[in-house]
Amino acid sequence: MQKNIIINTTADDHRIARLAALAIGLHIAEAIIPSPLPGVKPGIANIVTLYVLYRFDFATAAWVSLLRVFASSLLLGNFLSPTFVLSLAGALSSLFTLALGVKLPRRWFSPISLSILAAFAHIAGQLLVVRLWLIPHTGVAYLLPIFATAALLFGVINGLITTKLLADKRP
Amino acid sequence: MSGWKTCPKPLPGDWIVISAGLLLVVMLFLTLWHGEHAAKLRIRQGDTIYATLSLDQERTLDIHGPLGNTRIVIHQGRARFVSSPCRNQYCVHQGWLSRASQVAICLPNQISLELLGAKKSYDSLNY
Repeated sequence: MQKNIIINTTADDHRIARLAALAIGLHIAEAIIPSPLPGVKPGIANIVTLYVLYRFDFATAAWVSLLRVFASSLLLGNFLSPTFVLSLAGALSSLFTLALGVKLPRRWFSPISLSILAAFAHIAGQLLVVRLWLIPHTGVAYLLPIFATAALLFGVINGLITTKLLADKRP
Repeated sequence: MSGWKTCPKPLPGDWIVISAGLLLVVMLFLTLWHGEHAAKLRIRQGDTIYATLSLDQERTLDIHGPLGNTRIVIHQGRARFVSSPCRNQYCVHQGWLSRASQVAICLPNQISLELLGAKKSYDSLNY
């Protein structure tokens, strides 16, 4: 006699799953777009993380971000590979920065600020892993200015998009 | 959707963050891309340091590896592989090395060149 396993899910779970699915979709779409330099990517999935942080709370944003990292790596077939570790390192350092950044006064700092700070934290976390584990050579520092430029540029763009999405009143 | 014609306006704090970000990027370019001029050339053969030479000289070296002779030239503060007995010639195609911490490696013939900056060379000198 087979027993049916029933997992009780809450409305929160459904919301997290829906938002994570959106982030995963964006992540996969971005993975297909070729980049002139490995690692320089717009990070459009982070728009979802930032949006969720403002619309809901930090815990939901962390869930969505980390689910995105794990599920995308399974779909792309690089789970537990260096690519996955870099993705995770970037996501964790971004989330850490967002946890601090969300305490900034809203009157002065919009999602644009948080987007830029998270983008810088993202590359800092990734390059730290690259330097300590993958390429233990000072030559890595040579790439830092390029990554920092990309972080600033895409940080501003993603922040503008997030602000725009948040201004839309529909839930 | 409220339309994409109106762009959200950054707040004063955002401008501070953007300015700080720009400053950081410029600082990174200035400090990391200034291309420190190399002072010395370190040649490794197999697992040993074959020689550490000043780049301030005109010199041609022939180094013997497992495949044969590799020719290295030091010229006007730069160094390069000129000829190598290896099959794919990656080392030769690497061209001139001129900045500190640049490296050219010939794996088949087990020879590598590394340029050292002025600071690092003091750490490794022994008299």
